[in-house]
Order: sequence, then C-alpha cells, then structure tokens
Amino acid sequence: MSAVGVPMMVRLPAWRARLAVALLLAAFLVLACRSVYLQSMNTSFLQGKGEARYSRVLEVPATRGRVVDRNGEALAISTPVKSVWAIPEDVSVTAAQLKSLAGLLSLDARELERKLSSAEREFVYLKRQIAPETAARIAELGIPGIHQQNEFRRYYPGGETLAHVIGFTGVDDVGQEGIELAQQAVLAGAAGSRRVIKDRLGRVVEDVESIRAAQDGRDLILSIDGKIQNLAFGALKSSVEANRAKAGAIVVLDVRTGEVLALANLPTYNPNNRARLTGAQLRNRVMTDSFEPGSTLKPFTVGLAIETGRITPDTMIQTAPGTLTIGRYTIHDAHAEKSGAGAMTVAQVIQKSSNVGAAKIALAMPRDEMHDLFKRVGFGAAPRLGFPGEAVGRVREAKTWRPVEQATMAYGHGISVSLIQLARAYTVFARDGELAPLSLVKTGVPAAGARVFSPEVARALRAMLEAAVQPGGTAPRARVVGWRVGGKTGTAHKLENGAYAAHKYVSSFVGFAPVSAPRLVIAVMVDEPSAGQYYGGQVAAPVFSQVMQGALRLLGAPHDAPLAPIELPGEGDEVKENT
Amino acid sequence: MELAAPSARRLYQRFVEGIDGPLLTLSLMLAALGLATLFSASYEQPGRVASQAANLTVALAGMWVMARIPPQTLMRFAVPAYLFGIALLIAVALAGDIVNGARRWLHVGVTRFQPSEMMKLALPLMLAWYFHKNEATLRLRDFGVAALLLALPVLLIARQPDLGTAVLVAAAGCYVIFFAGIGWKVIAALGVLGLASLFPLWGMLHDYQRRRILTLLDPAQDPLGAGYHTIQSTIAVGSGGITGKGWLRGTQTHLEFIPERHTDFIFAVFSEEFGLIGNLVLLALYTLLIARGLMIAASAATFFSRLIAASITLMFFTYAFVNMGMVAGILPVVGVPLPFISYGGTALLTLFIGIGILMSVHNHRRLVQT
Repeated sequence: MSAVGVPMMVRLPAWRARLAVALLLAAFLVLACRSVYLQSMNTSFLQGKGEARYSRVLEVPATRGRVVDRNGEALAISTPVKSVWAIPEDVSVTAAQLKSLAGLLSLDARELERKLSSAEREFVYLKRQIAPETAARIAELGIPGIHQQNEFRRYYPGGETLAHVIGFTGVDDVGQEGIELAQQAVLAGAAGSRRVIKDRLGRVVEDVESIRAAQDGRDLILSIDGKIQNLAFGALKSSVEANRAKAGAIVVLDVRTGEVLALANLPTYNPNNRARLTGAQLRNRVMTDSFEPGSTLKPFTVGLAIETGRITPDTMIQTAPGTLTIGRYTIHDAHAEKSGAGAMTVAQVIQKSSNVGAAKIALAMPRDEMHDLFKRVGFGAAPRLGFPGEAVGRVREAKTWRPVEQATMAYGHGISVSLIQLARAYTVFARDGELAPLSLVKTGVPAAGARVFSPEVARALRAMLEAAVQPGGTAPRARVVGWRVGGKTGTAHKLENGAYAAHKYVSSFVGFAPVSAPRLVIAVMVDEPSAGQYYGGQVAAPVFSQVMQGALRLLGAPHDAPLAPIELPGEGDEVKENT
Repeated sequence: MELAAPSARRLYQRFVEGIDGPLLTLSLMLAALGLATLFSASYEQPGRVASQAANLTVALAGMWVMARIPPQTLMRFAVPAYLFGIALLIAVALAGDIVNGARRWLHVGVTRFQPSEMMKLALPLMLAWYFHKNEATLRLRDFGVAALLLALPVLLIARQPDLGTAVLVAAAGCYVIFFAGIGWKVIAALGVLGLASLFPLWGMLHDYQRRRILTLLDPAQDPLGAGYHTIQSTIAVGSGGITGKGWLRGTQTHLEFIPERHTDFIFAVFSEEFGLIGNLVLLALYTLLIARGLMIAASAATFFSRLIAASITLMFFTYAFVNMGMVAGILPVVGVPLPFISYGGTALLTLFIGIGILMSVHNHRRLVQT
C-alpha cells in the first residue's frame, strides 16, 4: 500500500476495462446506426406506414334535394335517420343488454343473437333507418362493437296520391322509380370527401382537410299542383271503385305552358311503406301503358280533312245505313239503332261519334297525310319527360295501311297511344292549332308550340267538341257549371291475344275548358269497368267533369257560361258510341 | 446578517458535499427529458407527470443519502440486503400479487413493491462483498460460489416470470464476476456451456417469451399479436425522421398506436418527437454518464468499490441498450425500462441509489481522507 494514498490497482488488468469500454461503445454504435437507418434511410416507408395507421378518407354524404309542387308544398323530403350495424367479433353483450337492444330495434331477441354470432361476417346491419331518438337510446346501452351511421330516409307527404310521379328511393338513398329515378343526378348531388385522423380505436380525433366539399342535391319544383292532384286522384278513385274497374289513370295539362298539373294512376301504393308491392301498383299507366284510343281520335281525322279543304264543318256525310263495308270488314255505328242513320254534318259526326262518318272522311284522304298528322301530334314518339319506360305507342308506316285500316284508324283502332300522348294531342284544339311541349318541372311561362292546324280549324273543332258534350252528344255528363267545356269520349274493346275481347272495354274521355279560352286539358282513362256501365260518356266523362270543375275554380278561371245547374240527360238524349 | 450569510453558505456546502456535479447534471438532464416525454405520452393522464416528479424527489433524496454512506459501511449491509432480498423473493413466490399474469408484486402496507427491483443492487453488492472478502485468495472455487449466489435470485425472478429483470440482475452479477478477474478459460468454458444450455432453456421458456424472440426475427409474421409492439414502435421511431415531429406532435403516440408508451416503450415516443438528433443526444448523454461512472470505478480505492461502481455503471448501459434495442426492433421485447426516462418510481429510486453509490465511491476514492 503506497504511503501517498494513491488508489491501489487490485488485479484488474487494464485490457479488461478496455474491452468492456470497447464493447459498450460498439453496442451504442449499433443503436446509433439503427437509428440512422430507421430515421433517415427508411423514413418515408415508415412514415407512410405510420400515416396509413391514422389517416382516413371519409365520405361526406350530400343531402338529397327536396321535391316540391308548384306551390312549394313538399312532396319528397329527407329526414335524418340512423342505421345500426355491428362487428360481430367485437360484440360482447349481456343477456339484459341483448334484450333491451332487441326491444329498441324491434327485432326478435333470438334473431338478433343469430346476427351477432355470425362469426364469419365482419360487418352486419342490425337495422337500417331507425329514428334518431331510438338510436340515441341504443348508444346509451354502450355495447362494444355496435356502431351507427348517419343516413337519410325519404318521406313522401303526398303518399299514394303522387306515388307514380315521385317514385321512391331505395335504402341507399338512390332513386328507384318516378322523378326520384329520372332526376337522380340532380336530386342526389355529389358526396364530398375529407381526410381525417383517427386513433387506434377508430375515433376521429382531427379533421385535417376537406378534399371535396359535399354538393347537396338541388331542390326540384315540379309542375304538379298538389290541390288539383288531390282532386284528380280522389275523383278517379271514386270512379274506379264505383265502376269496379281494374285500373284508371288521369292527367291534367296546363294548356298554355304544357305543364303537367296532375297525374294519377290506380291502383297505387304508399311510397312510405312499400312492404308488399305488386307490379300493377307500380305501373305509371299514364306514361307507360298504351291503348287503342278509340273515338277520341276522330277529331284529328276531321281536323285534317277541314285543314286540307276537303270538307267543311257543314259538309253532309251519308252514314246510312249505319254500316260501311270495306272488303271483308264491316264498320258499325252504335248510335244508329236509336237515333237512326242518315246524312249528317261533319259536326254531327263528332257529336254523335259516328264511325261510319269518320271512316268515310278518312278514306277521302291519302294515308300518308293521316300518318303524318298522327306523327305531328306526338303519337308514336316518347314524350321525353324523363320517366323510365315511357310508352312510344304504335303508329304503323303509312305504306302498310290497308284501306280498312286507314278507315278504322280514323276512329282510333289499329293505333295505340298513351294517355299522356292523347292529352297532349288535344292541346292542338285547346291552343288554336299548336301542339304544346310537355313539362313535369314548373316553368310558369307560356311555351311555344308546333303548329298542326290553323287557328280557324282548331276553333271549329272546339265548337264540334263542345257540341259533343251537349245533350244529343256522347258525353253530356262531362259538362261543368259555369264554364263551357269540349271533349270527346272513347270506348274501345280491349285487345286480348290479338283479338278484340267482347266485354272488356277501355273507357276514356279527353277534353278541355273553358272553350272560349282553354286553360286545361284533362284526359281520363278507366280500364275494364265491370259494374254495368262502360261507355266513355258514362264512366270517364263524370270524372273529367268533377276534376275540371274543381280545377278551374282553384285556378280562378273566368266563367264563360251561366252558373245554372246542369240537367243530366235522360236515357234517350245520351248518344252512345262503341269505339 | 453578517453571521447569517456565511452560515447559510456553510449549510449549503454541507448539503451539496459529496454530490458529484457531472453525475448529477447528466442524470438530471436525462430525468428532465424523461418528464418532458412523459408529459407528451400521458396527455390524457396529466397526473402522471406530477407523480413522476414526486418519484424523482424521493429518488434524489435516496441518492443524497447514499452519497453520504462510505463504501465500507455499505459493505456491511451487503449480506443482510442480499438475504433480505432473497427472503422477499420467496415471499413473492408464495404470496405475491399477480399483475398482468406475473407474480411480481408484494404488498407492503399501503404500497406495492417489486423485490426483484431491489435485487438489481443487492446482488452486485453481495458479490462485490464476497470477492472483496476473498480478494487475496481468489480461486476458481470462489467463482463457483459467486455463480451460486447469482443463480439463486435470478432463477427466483425468472420464475415469476420476469425474464427482463432476471436478465438484468444476472448481467449485474456477471459484471462483478467479470471485473473480479475470472479467467479467460473459465469464461470460454462458461460460454460453451451457456450455448449448450440454450436448447434446454428454450424448452423452459414460457410460450409468450418464445414468441417474442421469434417475433423479433420476423415481426410481420404476427402483426396484430406478438409482432404488434415491435412494428408499432419501429414505425414510430422511423416516422420521427431526422428532426422529429416536435414535442407533443407525435402522431403515433397521441393516437394511442404505441403500446406501453409511458413505460417500456417511451423511447418510441421520444424518438418520434425528437427524431435522429434527439436519439443521438440521448445516446451521448448515456455515454457521458457511463464514462463518468467508469472513471469513478477506475479510480476507486478498494476492490469492493471498484466492483460495485463498475457493475452499477454497466447496469445503466445494459438498461439503456436493451430498452432502446427493443424499441428499435433489434432485441426481443422484454420488460426493461429506459433508465431515468421511463415512468415508474421503483426503477427511478434504484437508479438514483446507484448514482448515490457511485458518488460515494468517488468521495472515498482515497483510502486516507485528506
């Protein structure tokens, strides 16, 4: 031991300490190298991995636009709802929780348990579109693995009245029928997206940026007038029920603007509760069904003959003996048995709905001209209102027409049209010879039309059609109090398997009012009335009258007839037609 | 007043007497970094920072006391401390609390206590005492005894199971044996024996321990299970880049992607927020601390002092290396805290008591006080 007190070195060779220091430094060097590797060479990969753990792009749903009628009444609106889903693997639930959850979801507890135990599925909807209050109570249960998402549910205040016009959306808020389908792009808007930061448990902790703002769907203002629609639907429904008909359809057009003010079909459905839907309920007959229009087509044939100077309203046409034989075929007049046949004016041909008269007039013209006329009033072409499955109707090429076919087409057989095409064609008479373009969207401004007849001819036809609803015409029941109306009945045998069915009819009426300055065209069709009456004048005309009366009052149209009660015709005064 | 000033100064001098400036500065810098990182890692439990600050105060008091105890006095406590530790370990094995599936904790009145923590110091003390006592006549037989003294607590701790602490305790003991001058032939023989015993040892490991080691070779094998910790921490470290994301800005931390972010994986938090530069600073601080410790060991007065100082210093190194290696994905996941940084009162107390012992060794580096 040294005297100066320097520490003694006790058998610790220096190399052992040096080795320890060297090893130690080497170890830290390894750590430093690893750090350099991870943090400056492998950084972008690891940073990307890190980002992938928290950065998520979320879809921001756009709110679907409303559909309103021309007065701003809501026809389709979106209400916020919640959908409840689960990750079965994550769910741990007590028996009591399961019971209350099943109660809140109004599901069978066993059914719910089965859904929650479907282990092979990572995602299962428990119930879609439930009320936000119910969803809040489910959230309070605090069951892990049960999640909710915001959705919208469409609600249709108009219910069954407007079902065919509005249509509906599916559970994913995509239009399935009607306007909802036709205007999907406008109503739906565009979903936006945003980048968020989520933590390990998937909670959104920070909103980083909006990649694309959600573009809410635009509101759609329809041409439909809710009040007239209700009126039309109600009247059609009573008629269909009273006549025990298979179906019915009605459409109301604004003459000046071409807007569709009302459109209803029966049978219908409630778009808010589509549990049991049949194809028949879904059919928008006004647009998608074509039928043989029958006598409602006679005024076009007559109008063409007058326009081309071949006849005048006063030209006498010989309809005796009430039949006309062309080749192997014979055309009959229904009224001939009662009121007798003989020579009548062109006006009377319309008023009495003489098939023979109309056929003779038609045969006096080249078939090309008739074909051309039918095309010009919109037959054989889709009305292009944007609805799916619009009927085109059938107008055969003129060169294939045989003489008897040309004759029957004059009174609406051998040709098929949809009710909307027929109603539109009648705007030609109501608008002094112009065919109105149609619109289901509110325009509110008069629309220019394509000229078909000269104003004089149109006016002459209006007078004839007014006579048709007077006593001695086919549809005195179409009249309304306070306004002059004009119109034409149709009663066509239904085509079944290529042949006319004996006791199945399509009764129709198309007309306009007020005659002095027409505002509305209404077309009514009742399919297979089976309560005894089937003539258009008896079945369809009263619906027209009721709707026209109410609609003109709602529109405040000036009266052009005395407000005197209308005497309904006695049995003898009513002329019946069989087409 | 004239009297007051000098007496206050004297009081202060008495207070700081025996406190080694470099050691205190380095350990406090590390502890400060630890508190800052903990603040970021425990944003949702702000109480943790205050609690760790309280732990730090207690630990500094422990250091202050230890710095004042001469190594000769310490030597007298070596045997009782060792025996007491063994007794506690046996008590834990019989009646310890089970936390997270391991029986490591012992209830002592109001608080719980990990006896294995105490062994980290008690074992090297014991071994240093043993070698010091037989300094003049060290023979192979003494190393055999030392090996037995080492094996007893290590096996008890490994049984808890707590592989991490067992390894650390074993390492602390081995350092003493190494510096005591065990022959190279013995080291070589032990090395061969150790390698040979790897296979039966492998069979003795718990399933989760085996999985951790296998996972290290390929963490992607089981990304949601055993590999999860390693993958997440490696990503966090890498995401830091060169300059880091900034304090309180670590996304992996704040979004709770890093597991055990207050304790064993706090280095991932540090690394993500302070980047490569932060890591190098941290390594430098540890290196300086260890260098100072080794200097103290080299100038120690007695065999005991030298052994205990070297062993404690290398323990700091082992803690830091194993923890950072684990977080950086080059060592298997074992429960080793990052010294001075990780949250936890017992570990902090052990570390500062170690610092205190180093200071004491430094203070008594001369046999005859001048």
